[in-house]
Amino acid sequence: MKQLLYSKRVAPYVFILPFLITLAVFWVVPLGRSFVMSTQEVLYGQATFIGADNYARLWRDEIFWKAMFNSMRYMVLTILLLVPIPLVLAALVNAKIGSPRVKAFFKASMFVPALTSVVVAGIVFRLIFAESDSAMMNQVAEFFGLGPVRWLRGDLTGLAALLSLALWRWTGVNMMYFVAGMQSIPSEYYEAASMDGAGKFRQFLLITVPNLKPTIVYVVTISIYGGLAMFLESFMLYAGNNSPNNQGLTVVGYLYRKGIEENDLGFASAVGVVLLVIVMTINLTYLVASGTFKKQEA
Amino acid sequence: MAANPPTAVRPTPAPQGADGGERPRSAPRTAAGRARFSPTAGAWIQAGFLVLIAAIALVPLVAIFVGTFQDGNDVIRRGMTFDVDLGALSLDNYVLLFTDSGPYFRWFANSLLLTVAQVAGTLLVSSFVAYGFAMYEFRGKTLWFVMVLLVMTVPFEMLMLPLYVQVNDMGLADTYTVIVLPFLAAAVTIFFFRQYFLGIPRELLEAGRVDGVTEYGIFFRIVLPISKPAMAAMAILNGMICWNNFLWPLLVLRTPEKFTLPIGLNTLLTPYGNNYELLIIGAFFSLIPILILFLAFQRFFIEGMTAGAVKG
Repeated sequence: MKQLLYSKRVAPYVFILPFLITLAVFWVVPLGRSFVMSTQEVLYGQATFIGADNYARLWRDEIFWKAMFNSMRYMVLTILLLVPIPLVLAALVNAKIGSPRVKAFFKASMFVPALTSVVVAGIVFRLIFAESDSAMMNQVAEFFGLGPVRWLRGDLTGLAALLSLALWRWTGVNMMYFVAGMQSIPSEYYEAASMDGAGKFRQFLLITVPNLKPTIVYVVTISIYGGLAMFLESFMLYAGNNSPNNQGLTVVGYLYRKGIEENDLGFASAVGVVLLVIVMTINLTYLVASGTFKKQEA
Repeated sequence: MAANPPTAVRPTPAPQGADGGERPRSAPRTAAGRARFSPTAGAWIQAGFLVLIAAIALVPLVAIFVGTFQDGNDVIRRGMTFDVDLGALSLDNYVLLFTDSGPYFRWFANSLLLTVAQVAGTLLVSSFVAYGFAMYEFRGKTLWFVMVLLVMTVPFEMLMLPLYVQVNDMGLADTYTVIVLPFLAAAVTIFFFRQYFLGIPRELLEAGRVDGVTEYGIFFRIVLPISKPAMAAMAILNGMICWNNFLWPLLVLRTPEKFTLPIGLNTLLTPYGNNYELLIIGAFFSLIPILILFLAFQRFFIEGMTAGAVKG
């Protein structure tokens, strides 16, 4: 027995065993139950099979669609902000000119926001986007000749606050992804291009961006599921899961409301299943497109 | 990680470390090096722009620091402002924090304990698993590794409800065990360690086998001791995730004595709270351990936090 356990044939399974157990106990079983529960009405521990009723209810549920719209909108806008801006900043930091001290200071300053917890970041942004005339963002608004804005009361202004929070926390991290990617682009490419008379801007568009494609694909992918799964930012900014007209409600927020706050486990599971299917479809598409499966087989 | 830019063409190595490390002082002081950093107009504009952006990024942090000297109720009511009344700043909040802060340092200690335990456990278990994936050929390897990648890319928010139901049924709710246990075999950490182990020459393992070291002995006695850089990056990453962990503890913890720092701070935010003095300074102090670690080990932070990237 002991000899078998120590053999080279069995050892790899012993090594990956903790992962297999975790996968089974904390992923497969709960998610499987989630599928089952989504076809049930679960009340006080009593489960009754009701087929696709939860999904039918979901389809007709306006608040669910509102939450889905909010999540999708947030995801698209974070991608539009959190890819180009960090990319340009990374190019600036990676440029040959400039003082290394300034760049080091810049990189550190951009990275620090990612170290804050969503609780602290949420508290601070809630106070920066407060309603009074003297709150920071209203002082900025006043500088541009705009009256005091009740940021978190309006749909689009609330969204602006959420996006500012996302931009603040993740610009630095995405920038570091791009910097790492840029440093593996051979400098001969740039030398050849500048001999051909290409300016810095053309070099950025014709060499940097195409060569960063794997990094860009990766950052877009994490932004897709990070955006769709967004919940805590809104939870902290609105100091709870309720916002005016559900303007800050996301799909995960709705799942939390139904499953945890209202204990409607069957319906909440249906919300979870729909979200999981969307995210897994995106992930599998990405893994196939990036050739991950092929690399493993080779 | 990313390869160094080729240095054959230019004799001067690029001043930025390839892994984002900051080593300005080791930049070579050769004539060529100096010439490249001569302050041209372009460099000045670039520097000005970068400093401006950095300053904007630091505003929220400076605001919370200034907030620790302000009247808490006033800050909560009127928001954070550029128009700080310097005359009204005081150390009252600091006195309060260190004399009458109720459960604050209890939360702090809980977070500290939980972070240390989780980091130690995660590093051990995840590197163990990663070694299996990196060093052996076995049936089902591709399938199981794809599972790691899938788990890595499913946000926890999707799992929270079924996992919550599951641990309630297992009778594990309101325990620290359940905060730690599901995440010991952490996918991103496994992925990172696997990449690192793949770079270790197999001859080293064969030499161990010839000397009669067991398969597990090779991992613990040969591979782990030479994996300190990977350990450091992952310790930082997991430490930060754990210190800031909010959603899962929010779901499972019920007893106030067990609250961690983020959960405790969140309870201070209630509309009928009368602890707003503590909220701002408490939030600020929760940042300090991480900021200190960041200043000391910046390179490992950046390496760890960008670990998920699949290098194309």
